Amino acid sequence: MRWCQRRDTMPRQHGAGFNMFRFLLGRLAVLIPTFIGVSIIAFSFIRLLPGDPVGLLSGERVMSPERHAEISHALGFDRPIVVQYLDYLWGVLHGDFGTSIVTKKPVLDQFFDLFPATVELSLCAILFAIILGIPAGVIAAIKRGSAVDQAMMGTALVGFSMPIFWWGLLLIMLVSGMLQWTPVSGRISLMYFFPPVTGFMLIDSLLSGQAGAFKSAVSHLILPTIVLGTIPLAVIARQTRSAMLEVLSEDYVRTARAKGLSTFRVVGVHALRNAMIPVITTIGLQVGVMLAGAILTETIFSWPGIGKWMVDSVSRRDYAVIQGGLLVIAAVIMLVNLIVDLLYGLINPRIRH
Amino acid sequence: MKKLTTLFAATALATLMAGSAWSKTFVYCSEGSPEGFDPGLYTAGTTFDAAAHTVYNRLLEFKKGTTEVEPGLAESWTISDDGLEYTFKLRPGVKFQTTEFFTPSRDLTADDVVFSYERQLKADNPWNKYIAGTSWEYAAGMGFPEVIKSVEKVDDLTVKFTLTRKEAPFLANIAMPFASILSKEYADKLQADGKMEQMNQMPLGTGPFAFVAYQQDAVIRYKANPDYWGGKQKIDDLVFAITSDASVRYQKLQAGECHLMPFPNAADVAKMKADPNLKVMEQAGLNVSYLAYNTTQAPFDKPEVRKALNKAINKQAIVDAVFQGAAQPAVNPIPPTMWSYNDKLEDDTYEPEVAKKMLEDAGVKDLSMKLWAMPVSRPYMLNARRAAELMQSDFAKVGVKVEIVSYEWAEYLDKSKAKDRDGAVILGWTGDNGDPDNFLDTLLGCNAVGGNNRAQWCNQEFDALVKKAKETSDPAERTKLYEEAQVVFKREAPWATIDHSLSVVPMRKNVEGFVQSPLGDFAFDGVDITE
Repeated sequence: MRWCQRRDTMPRQHGAGFNMFRFLLGRLAVLIPTFIGVSIIAFSFIRLLPGDPVGLLSGERVMSPERHAEISHALGFDRPIVVQYLDYLWGVLHGDFGTSIVTKKPVLDQFFDLFPATVELSLCAILFAIILGIPAGVIAAIKRGSAVDQAMMGTALVGFSMPIFWWGLLLIMLVSGMLQWTPVSGRISLMYFFPPVTGFMLIDSLLSGQAGAFKSAVSHLILPTIVLGTIPLAVIARQTRSAMLEVLSEDYVRTARAKGLSTFRVVGVHALRNAMIPVITTIGLQVGVMLAGAILTETIFSWPGIGKWMVDSVSRRDYAVIQGGLLVIAAVIMLVNLIVDLLYGLINPRIRH
Repeated sequence: MKKLTTLFAATALATLMAGSAWSKTFVYCSEGSPEGFDPGLYTAGTTFDAAAHTVYNRLLEFKKGTTEVEPGLAESWTISDDGLEYTFKLRPGVKFQTTEFFTPSRDLTADDVVFSYERQLKADNPWNKYIAGTSWEYAAGMGFPEVIKSVEKVDDLTVKFTLTRKEAPFLANIAMPFASILSKEYADKLQADGKMEQMNQMPLGTGPFAFVAYQQDAVIRYKANPDYWGGKQKIDDLVFAITSDASVRYQKLQAGECHLMPFPNAADVAKMKADPNLKVMEQAGLNVSYLAYNTTQAPFDKPEVRKALNKAINKQAIVDAVFQGAAQPAVNPIPPTMWSYNDKLEDDTYEPEVAKKMLEDAGVKDLSMKLWAMPVSRPYMLNARRAAELMQSDFAKVGVKVEIVSYEWAEYLDKSKAKDRDGAVILGWTGDNGDPDNFLDTLLGCNAVGGNNRAQWCNQEFDALVKKAKETSDPAERTKLYEEAQVVFKREAPWATIDHSLSVVPMRKNVEGFVQSPLGDFAFDGVDITE
């Protein structure tokens, strides 16, 4: 047994740093084709949507075919799609994501104006999900089969199945409308007005020095955080429970118990750490789910983030914004997944091989 | 928790609404984000509410609550005998807004008017393509490049427009948001600084409210313009809180987070009316929804067949089912709020038995037809599919078999234009400028066949009346001509007119001075908040 273990650790003579670097390179190499793939999909799919952006410029009124051709030409939409795509890709590689056909502003500028709002909301939602989800999962695992376990997992199933739009409106009607505990929508009360410094309202409200601004920002965050965090909360709770159950049945946990360690030490230190490996992967995967959820949450709560921006752009067929937005969002998700992979590699050395 | 938030809400409300320590702020829960702030570039009402009706003025304005024009930046005007020259005398002493981003050094002059028009009309004007992808869609749609030959400065306070042809609706056209007057001095400064795109982001005009800041997709802030030629507003600050979901707007209105909202859900209106904290204004919108037969194809080329089918439709049932009462059955192709509306005309009454007999008399047997239902909801027709199904069952009662067809919206608009189109089309129109020409000639004139004239209906008698009215400057004479044209329309029945939907505006009870616009604009000059 000891011999086997020694043999197992032999290859690590190369050093953990080297392995980590190779691991990172491998992950990065996968990102490039993924990014190109996403750009092709983003570019071509939106052009498959019926309805063209030029025709929509004139609203209900019929645009003459000559004028339509003239504007399409001016915007470059009359060129072959491959040429348009390569031109676009060339621009993207040079940091030019195009200009919105509607607002006439550069897509990237708009993105960075709005992105902090989405990040702020998503971070709060994921924190909410982690802080409640992990303890709930652990408790459910320890009390396996009990009424507590069933109640928690039943609630998680309901939370997971909750349509975001309906859940958001329900909370607004109940908490903001009937109970009047929180404001209905927006990021901060309209009485506070200060220029954005970081774009994060919680930070900016503190920096503004205006009394009550921070409190207002927090009160505006509560409902959207709950709505956006509900599905990840349910997923994390379920994942933590099943991972914990698996770990708790392992030999080393039994050994730890047999050694007379307290339940808190067994569960909190030995079991939880190992159970966290799949949970971290789940949390990483939730980032994509969160951005999808943000589209609906932001629309309901009039939250000026990229989700709402993308929805508006789809209805306006604003190609540059949709494809640029999708690309940047995809890049963010890939980046987060990379970080999760690295984190995973750190926690679980086996993965580096 | 409850205490804390109640305290917070109470403080916010007290300061926002009563304006004790703070200024008097009016909050409008707008339905969407403006596309930009240069009204010439866009066609959407949301953009015009945010840019045109706040910051800017026009030479002429629509009199509040009507579609009649009144003096705006021009205090008077004369029209030459041949109807081709319009000379406007500008109001003296009109100040542009002083803002944090620009301090004007002079009052409004003819130079500003010439600049505001020429940038839209002349390709060689440096502002004609000032941002990538600039196109002046509304000016093009209203035929300005063809109609306006020149815009000249006569002296500092006189400007002359020369037209290529007689165009009576011209006065109404220049009162439209896209014809807003910008500051040439500000434009010159932006051009010199290489920041032309700022014209679309930080607008500066002569209007009742000066632009302060726009946080994308969230809030637009304005301050009352202290130098406004119409006098300073009673409110100090105007805020647009962008709230795209109608249910959420309603919640905000109830919670006192805003004073007024547009476009409520039809299902919420009854509850709003019952709420003691709210009041609801209603007005017939400047719109019409219709079923256009293809009048070039048998048997729909016979007026008596079209008339018979019109008598088979139970309009009231459609209005009840689709709008839950927030609409009125349409008699004429123009809405009742529009001048020259012929109120002497009577609608085709719903009489299936009579309709059946009329069809038999016209020799129509076993008729099958296609009925086109729009795939989208518009203010004039919230649910075309439902309306089509009701018509289908109405027509079945008189022995006409109906197949309902639909296409994606852009395709629907395009395909329904075809002269040889098979079937009758449900569509509608929202007026641009309150001029009857904008409905009657745009939708039913001979030159619109194959385009906006979905009935493909070219009636010489009707067309002559409408064309004559277009060239007549005397309003009384024009009214008479349009009234006659409506008689011809009703007799010939190229459409079954369906409805004019109501525009419903809910607001807090303490809002005073808001006047509903038949054009669907939301303008807040003259608005006040009482204790």
